[in-house]
Amino acid sequence: MKLAGDRFIPREQAVVWAALNDPATLRQSIQGCESLTRIGTNEFQMMMLAAIGPVRARFNAKLTMSEVQAPTSYVLTFTGNGGAAGFGSGKAHVQLEPQSGGTRMRYEASAQVGGKMAQVGSRLVQGVAEKLSEQFFTSFVAQVEANSPPDGAPQSGPHEAATSPADRWYRQRRVWAAVGALALVVMFWAASH
Amino acid sequence: MNGKQSTKESFAAGAVGRAVERFEDVRLLRGEGKFVDDLHREGMLHAAVVRSAVPHGRLISVDTAHAIGMPGVRAVFTAEDVVRVLGGRMPTIPLRLIPMPELVPFEQPVLARDKVRYVGDPVAIVIADSAAQAEDAAEAVLVDIDPLASVPDRHAACRNESLLFEAHGSNLPITYTASRGDADAKAPYVRREKFSVQRHTAVSMEARGLLAEWDAARGMLTVAGAAKVPFSTRRTLARCMDLPEDCIEMIEQDVGGGFGVRGEFYPEDFLVPFAARQLGRPVKWIEDRRENLLGSNHSREMDIEIELACEKDGRMVALRATAWVDMGAYLRTSGAIPPRTLAQGLSGPYDIPNVHIDVSMSLTNKAPVGTYRGPGRFEGTFFRERLMDMAARDLGIDPVEFRRRNLVKVSQMPYQIATIRPVEQKEWFDGGDYGAALERCVTEFGWAAKAHLQGERINGRYHGLGLACFVEGGAAGPRENVRLELGADGLVSLFTGSANVGQGMETVCAQIASDALALPMEKIRVFHGSTTLMKAGFGAFHSRCVVVGGSAILDAATHLKAALCAAAAARLGCTADAVVIGDHLVASFNGKTIAPEELVGAAPITAEGTFESHKHTYAYGAAAAHVAVDPKTGHVELLDYLMVEDVGRVINPLTMHGQAIGGIMQGLGGAFLEHLVYDDQGQFLSGSLADYLLPSATDFPNIRAIVTGDHPSPNNPLGAKGGGDGGVVPVGGAVANAVSAALSSFGVGVHSLPMSPAHIWKLVQSSRTEARPA
Repeated sequence: MKLAGDRFIPREQAVVWAALNDPATLRQSIQGCESLTRIGTNEFQMMMLAAIGPVRARFNAKLTMSEVQAPTSYVLTFTGNGGAAGFGSGKAHVQLEPQSGGTRMRYEASAQVGGKMAQVGSRLVQGVAEKLSEQFFTSFVAQVEANSPPDGAPQSGPHEAATSPADRWYRQRRVWAAVGALALVVMFWAASH
Repeated sequence: MNGKQSTKESFAAGAVGRAVERFEDVRLLRGEGKFVDDLHREGMLHAAVVRSAVPHGRLISVDTAHAIGMPGVRAVFTAEDVVRVLGGRMPTIPLRLIPMPELVPFEQPVLARDKVRYVGDPVAIVIADSAAQAEDAAEAVLVDIDPLASVPDRHAACRNESLLFEAHGSNLPITYTASRGDADAKAPYVRREKFSVQRHTAVSMEARGLLAEWDAARGMLTVAGAAKVPFSTRRTLARCMDLPEDCIEMIEQDVGGGFGVRGEFYPEDFLVPFAARQLGRPVKWIEDRRENLLGSNHSREMDIEIELACEKDGRMVALRATAWVDMGAYLRTSGAIPPRTLAQGLSGPYDIPNVHIDVSMSLTNKAPVGTYRGPGRFEGTFFRERLMDMAARDLGIDPVEFRRRNLVKVSQMPYQIATIRPVEQKEWFDGGDYGAALERCVTEFGWAAKAHLQGERINGRYHGLGLACFVEGGAAGPRENVRLELGADGLVSLFTGSANVGQGMETVCAQIASDALALPMEKIRVFHGSTTLMKAGFGAFHSRCVVVGGSAILDAATHLKAALCAAAAARLGCTADAVVIGDHLVASFNGKTIAPEELVGAAPITAEGTFESHKHTYAYGAAAAHVAVDPKTGHVELLDYLMVEDVGRVINPLTMHGQAIGGIMQGLGGAFLEHLVYDDQGQFLSGSLADYLLPSATDFPNIRAIVTGDHPSPNNPLGAKGGGDGGVVPVGGAVANAVSAALSSFGVGVHSLPMSPAHIWKLVQSSRTEARPA
């Protein structure tokens, strides 16, 4: 199962990158996301409530990142376990690139879902994933726009400069965790292909 | 309908051949049926099965600690518990049909222990006060599995990179070979093609269910919910549970559909009785639809490379093929039948002098496979009849004429077909006029009048006609037993070792007994299925109840009459052989008569009968289909479908017609709709009836069946042939030929089922990008 797609965000790359660094923004953008926690050097944990048709469950997702090329690309592997509802796993390659008037975010993901979610939900997965994905981008773009002026002057610029390398490193990790959550969404979508 | 009337045994109101309404129906339609889930017992507990969600992996641990503390939970049993209770032994489920020592290593254990091999593989069973509590607790059992590379299809199985059974060293347990004549025979015309049929199965209305009770004081186990083969199931259960066979009673309830799938021995058939014995309480288990689709036997998934060699005049010289059957993760009770029957039956009703067919089993990480109505024959008929249409077209011969030239002729009967190995079996067609069935089919269908529609575009849709000829094997032995008891009330009770899985067997048995005893049907009561009724019985499979069970009724009737003669002799003042038993079992001699009631003392007059046979029957026929295909949507409308089948002798035209129509409908489901889909990792994606599409009455309203009894089988005294599977057998072939004919102007043809709108649409699209031979 494979999926590829892209989105245009009308802010420059640094702004999008910075917004992706803000866990609060991301948590509000991912419907059902309850928490994002770092559990290891390259590992994060996310709790997310999701419903696919008759299957409703709290998914405990583990995200592992690699091949980071800040601020343009990375590879994220993820496994999500919904207990008796089933599980999902996969890999996502995400890229940001500047484009006239903003930034284009591209993603390529391959994923598997298993268990009850696959058995009774496979025909519903696409609809659910499209809805979650649409909600993520709508909400994310709205928050980016609200938090930064339209001329693209990055508010966080000075702060970013003032933070220690450790802080930046930590924030960066949260970026990947958040995009991992997006990947999980994408994964539902991909499951129907 | 053209049922033959009974001849010499008949009395005034000959019952055999009459369209008698089913006795069973009144009770069932009033809601008075008693299915497993209608049973309730004092102190009854409920079971839920914990199943693997991983297709292939090492079972690291099964943590029951949390589940066991949940409300209402009485016990959770894992593989370790079973092994401990049974003294270190983990029972596996043996093959019921055609067992071989080579196949034993692939039997399914009653619970997964070291490895899980498919999504749905049972790993534990939870027992609780209510079904809901059991299900909740089952979800709380933590199963830790270390995933292994999945084997999702037979191609992966053949690569042997990941092995389901490491000790065997291969995912291919066995290859069956069917052969006749010279495998290398040459001919001027040869065509080779690949075809496949998708995984699908029977979906009975009533899902599987069991109620097990353990009587510790008597050491007796009673299991309600047995179906299909209760005596065989008892034998297996006794062995698994270390009990003598006569300490187990299998009770048959009403059964909401069998079709080969229901009533075989599954892991639950051990687990539920085991739990009842451990807890000393009645335990009930009913599967839900998701479990039913996931855990009951699957079937039909096969692919083939097949070659047909012909003379220029269309006379078939040789049929060669290599095929693979996707068996799923284990070899189940009836699993050997589909590959074996595909091999031996692939040549169908045709006289092909040279045959060589290899069919290999391949193991994959999917649900295990068993028999489903017309096993191996539905698939084989699709493969063969498609290829024959292609050959007829290449040679410029009309498809009806092509078949006419090749069908086995009356003068060739009994006709020996290919011999199967390694468990060698020689096989003969018992008799019949195959050509006559074809002629009747094309006549009643109006083939000649419709021929001008072939490939025509009318109002945007392309019309096509298709044809398929077939045989249907039936009447599996080794024997059947019947006991008749004449009571003081003048009623006869008929006990049979056959089983009722919803096919109307009670009515048909009463009809046969009625004629054999010259007694009205109303005076005959039929009892069947449960192990409490008979010492031995062989159940309901391979269309055997009428042929084998019915013939045993004739034998028992003869013996009952002899017993009546003996009882009447003294009272009539003559020897037993001078007594004549007339209608209504009235004994007479020299003008004096005695009613049967007067002969019965304190105990009923009892007679046993048996029929033993290793000769199968072959019902046969032809089917024709007329379709209209919309190239824009890929939708196929079935405008007409007609099957003509000769079943040797029609006992009840009404139930026979029902069998035929029901079989056709299931065949159409397989041809167009039904598909048990797995993803490329072995995850199951068809766990509800919204995902697994079954045909409904409105999908295919135009279906017709004519079932005749023109050519009785010489293999049994009734002259009957098994008639339960025939309807389904030719459907895929006939309909796929019709769809391919409709699409002939696009230069494409059907090579695989199901013919979903997406599939047909893609075929049409493919013709626009590449030229392919039809």
